[in-house]
Amino acid sequence: MDIIVTVKQVSDPEIPPAFFKVDEAARQVLLPPGMSWVMNGYDANALEAGLRLKELHGGKLTVISLGDYKVRDTLKRALAMGADQAILLDDPAFADGDSYTTALVLAEVIKKNGSFDLILSGRQASDTDAGQVHLGIAELLGIPGIVPVLKVEKTGDTLQVERLVEGGLQVLEVQPPAALGISSEFYEPRNPSVRNLVTAGRSQIQILGLADLGLTASQVGKSGARCQLRRLFIEARESCVELIESDPSAGAGIKLAERLHDEKLI
Amino acid sequence: MPTDNIMVIAETGSEGLSEISFELLGAAQTLVGQMGGRVVAVLAGCRVCEHAGALAERGANRVLVVDHELLEPYRAETHLPVLVEIIKREEPAAIFLGHTFTGQELGPRLAFRLGTAITTDCIRLEPAGDRVVMTKPLHGGNVMAEYIIAGSPQIVSLRPHAFAQTGPSRSTGEVLDMEVNLEGGQTKTRLVGTIREDSGKGKQLKNAEVIVSGGRGLGGAENWHYVEELAEALGAAIGATRAVVDAGWVPASLQIGLTGTIVSPELYIAVGISGAPQHIAGMSGARTIIAINCDPDANIFKYARYGVVGDWKEVLPGLIQRIKELREK
Repeated sequence: MDIIVTVKQVSDPEIPPAFFKVDEAARQVLLPPGMSWVMNGYDANALEAGLRLKELHGGKLTVISLGDYKVRDTLKRALAMGADQAILLDDPAFADGDSYTTALVLAEVIKKNGSFDLILSGRQASDTDAGQVHLGIAELLGIPGIVPVLKVEKTGDTLQVERLVEGGLQVLEVQPPAALGISSEFYEPRNPSVRNLVTAGRSQIQILGLADLGLTASQVGKSGARCQLRRLFIEARESCVELIESDPSAGAGIKLAERLHDEKLI
Repeated sequence: MPTDNIMVIAETGSEGLSEISFELLGAAQTLVGQMGGRVVAVLAGCRVCEHAGALAERGANRVLVVDHELLEPYRAETHLPVLVEIIKREEPAAIFLGHTFTGQELGPRLAFRLGTAITTDCIRLEPAGDRVVMTKPLHGGNVMAEYIIAGSPQIVSLRPHAFAQTGPSRSTGEVLDMEVNLEGGQTKTRLVGTIREDSGKGKQLKNAEVIVSGGRGLGGAENWHYVEELAEALGAAIGATRAVVDAGWVPASLQIGLTGTIVSPELYIAVGISGAPQHIAGMSGARTIIAINCDPDANIFKYARYGVVGDWKEVLPGLIQRIKELREK
């Protein structure tokens, strides 16, 4: 079974809220200096799902990402985790695109890369939380796109997909090829060994640009984007908490219960 | 000719129309009040016509009903072509969906198929000429972004509980049955079953008035019973953070947050929850938030009305005991 996993490199999602700043004129998020870039958590779950399928059923696993040179770190981590091949789509023409242009570029490279059975992506990225690109790829390739997916297994030629719905799960049988947006609950990503990290650090990442795809500059990046960012800002939040104190803190529980009762909240 | 109407994609669940349908109508009604146009609701499913009246009485000027056995159970593959056909006939200026499990799957696909764009998980909408300015949280809510979609129709999915529901309207809209061609082609997805996840010892999260929620600060699954006992004392539903669900202490259906259920109860008690943006996105709409956490700088205290800085293990027994006494009176 040949699997494509799309990954996005994002800013560390554990950055404390107080560290966020925005350049309103440039409409850019200013990240704290020294902050680390990481593989989007849901994409790591998708990669883990892909690796487990590969271990059971064989085949080749390719990771693809769109971004600049920094993204090589994330792709090398994916190789160290067990991916067979990594492709980076890096071209100034791709800059400032939106979900549509990103999906368009990724769909083109997936077509170029040859046959596949499954595309796995995180259900959304922790920076934009949009959850669009994998469904865009599915639409452009004309295949089923299912989100959010808890679990995927393969029996014979069919995929069994567990999709999260309100209060439970839908169990679907899907004919591949299909694109799935993986959620975080089931696939805890593995930690690559130091040895694999060292080996992956030396391995080659295929870098492709606009000229390698059947697309023109007007279709991608800022000129192809259909969504315009009008304003970026931070909403200040003032705390209005009333702290209930007691020493020892065992008494605070009793005081809290009484306060809630006085306020007719319980 | 494109219209200036706003189309709302209604959703139904096991208990009939979902709340989000009325939130979509509420947002659409506000916007047509400012920009003109009419509110058109689409209701697609099997044996759904009985719900059309409620949409017509609560803000839809027109309700378009597609009732077909192939539309039940829901699958994106069968619903998409139906919606596309109706949208092409109706030519709305904008389309509102819920940012629900269904809307998350349908929305982007619909936008790409129609050659336009979508902004997902919006919390505010404002008019600007003939465009709708769509505000969406980024970086888990630490940054806000306003987007405009140049193409047509402008599609947006609305975060549950971020918009007020419509009440009864002065006039009742018309209900129309739509004939849509549903034959054609075999589907590649087939529903083989549905698994209901047990909500543990608590009540259902959805529509709960009181929720007790636990986070990673509880230390381990062996301590989860404290959350259950507090919930029982209050007759509350039980929720959890993503970290707790990912650690396998409780099933996914209990997750409150950006990628779980979004709730807005009267009272929300957060135990051992630091207040990661992912979680805040799911509960900041609660009327009164109570936080119990040992870290005085925890983000949750910015959202809480009352807080206790302390070890939950010391605080909870007294809280549970006193609540039981007070409620027995």
